[in-house]
Amino acid sequence: MKEIVVISGKGGTGKTSITGCFAALAENAILADCDVDAADLHMLLAPEVIKATDFISGNEAVIREDDCIACGVCMEKCRFNAIETTPEGKCRVDPYGCEGCMVCVEVCPVKAIDFPPNHCGEWYYSHTRFGPLVHARLGIAQENSGKLVSTVRREAAVMAEELQKDLIIVDGPPGIGCPVIASITGASLLIVVTEPTISGKHDMKRVLELAKHFSVPALVIVNKWDINPEMTAGIEEEAVLGGAHPIGRIPYDRAFTVAQINGRTLVEESSGISVENITTIWEKVCRELK
Amino acid sequence: MIIAVASGKGGTGKTTVAVALVLASSEPVAYADCDVEEPNGSIFLKPEVAEVERVLVEVPDIDEEKCTSCGKCARFCQFNALVSLGTPPLVFPELCHSCGGCEIVCPTGAISWRKVSVGEITLGRSDGGRISVVQGKLDVGSSLAPPVIRQVKTYIADDVLTVIDCPPGTSCPVIESLGDADYVLLVTEPTPFGLHDLKLAVETVRVLGIPFSVIINRFDEGDSGVEDYCIEESIDVIVRIPHRREMAEAYSTGGNLFDAIPEMRELFREIPRIIVRGVK
Repeated sequence: MKEIVVISGKGGTGKTSITGCFAALAENAILADCDVDAADLHMLLAPEVIKATDFISGNEAVIREDDCIACGVCMEKCRFNAIETTPEGKCRVDPYGCEGCMVCVEVCPVKAIDFPPNHCGEWYYSHTRFGPLVHARLGIAQENSGKLVSTVRREAAVMAEELQKDLIIVDGPPGIGCPVIASITGASLLIVVTEPTISGKHDMKRVLELAKHFSVPALVIVNKWDINPEMTAGIEEEAVLGGAHPIGRIPYDRAFTVAQINGRTLVEESSGISVENITTIWEKVCRELK
Repeated sequence: MIIAVASGKGGTGKTTVAVALVLASSEPVAYADCDVEEPNGSIFLKPEVAEVERVLVEVPDIDEEKCTSCGKCARFCQFNALVSLGTPPLVFPELCHSCGGCEIVCPTGAISWRKVSVGEITLGRSDGGRISVVQGKLDVGSSLAPPVIRQVKTYIADDVLTVIDCPPGTSCPVIESLGDADYVLLVTEPTPFGLHDLKLAVETVRVLGIPFSVIINRFDEGDSGVEDYCIEESIDVIVRIPHRREMAEAYSTGGNLFDAIPEMRELFREIPRIIVRGVK
């Protein structure tokens, strides 16, 4: 079984639109949306949720105000400045600052701090017109996006095994931090979608360094390439220097927006040059996986 | 005053807006790049760099002479950064949140701290010194954006207008970036993805209780979903930026909003004043 992950470094380069096209073109794949902060793939795939599961990860400190003696030891030991004073002079945990380290629970001299498990979101197993989709929703302002990403990937792998799918297509998050690392470690192949801008180039370089750091091979697509053909050529050279193969270009195409508004992937919406480019790119990706 | 520029979705124009805000002002201002995974503000502000410093975090250092292999530290660690199999613990620095818990529970005082780098802060000035630029940059391979963001924020002064360029999303790096903001500008685009992620961003700033309004980028390209939503939710749309191919081209080579659409400068100069009136 192979797993490809579509990432970009910079946001808004077209990851999800292109992943949607791959989903439509793939024959025996399972799909996974690992952009758990701001998941959008479902808007192109109209999933029917078969099973929703709570995502419980880590714990959160909660001070019982009645038992708190306002000694301030927790505040002194908390390294995240997550403990504040109530108008009554007691201590209170700011849930958005708390990282769930349990230090306050340990140091409280009167054991006034509870440590309940943290409900951080939900993950879903769904059916779509292109096959099964595993996706998730991280609760607002929650921690542990990396662990939720790992859960989505693990469940997608379990389903792929069960349903005898030979490929997992993952829509990844932007950036190079914790959720991205959780999305790419151990994957078969990365598809980096970039755009011909200085920011796109800068961010692609960092993503390719990350790919190298975790020893995952990478291919590069330049989306909206005709906005700056010269920059596109420069990015492709840079990709090669970064150890990746450029595998294609897609022009700036308003049809992507139209398809998105219609809740469809571009390959269902149009038959223009962009679709031809994407189809060729997909064939190359498949060859690369063999 | 601290104005944070955020968005759920990436690529909607956060950096374009944040840069435009500091460029439009004629007073001393500060720009803080908290999108530490992919900081791009300096591409457009081109600051003269005065100083570079590392972002260091503390991770446990085990004194194997004193360690009795009791395993208490590993059982305590909520992040699995310490593993003990009847041996002195192995430390996985990339998982450590530097909470200090292992040192507290160690019965023999075998744990001290050593520093490892997770990122870099660059301090500089742009526009003849008028704009102070602070940039945080996460080291490639490190997963801990929040400590880098926290260090960027230590350079924010109270007495000048500061614009924070936030990372995309709704999780810890965004919450850390929004922490001290007086006001948030949410940048979106009029597409289904833009709307979906705007709703998440609105929920986030509402949970944090920070006043906010919306900027619609490329407002004339897409559908009416975002406008309809803002009317329904009584959210102010403070600026609408038109879609121009010249903007995309200027952006691609490090140009700013006013290079492509000079007539927007006046409006951006007004934004901080509009916000101050609204907040009061």
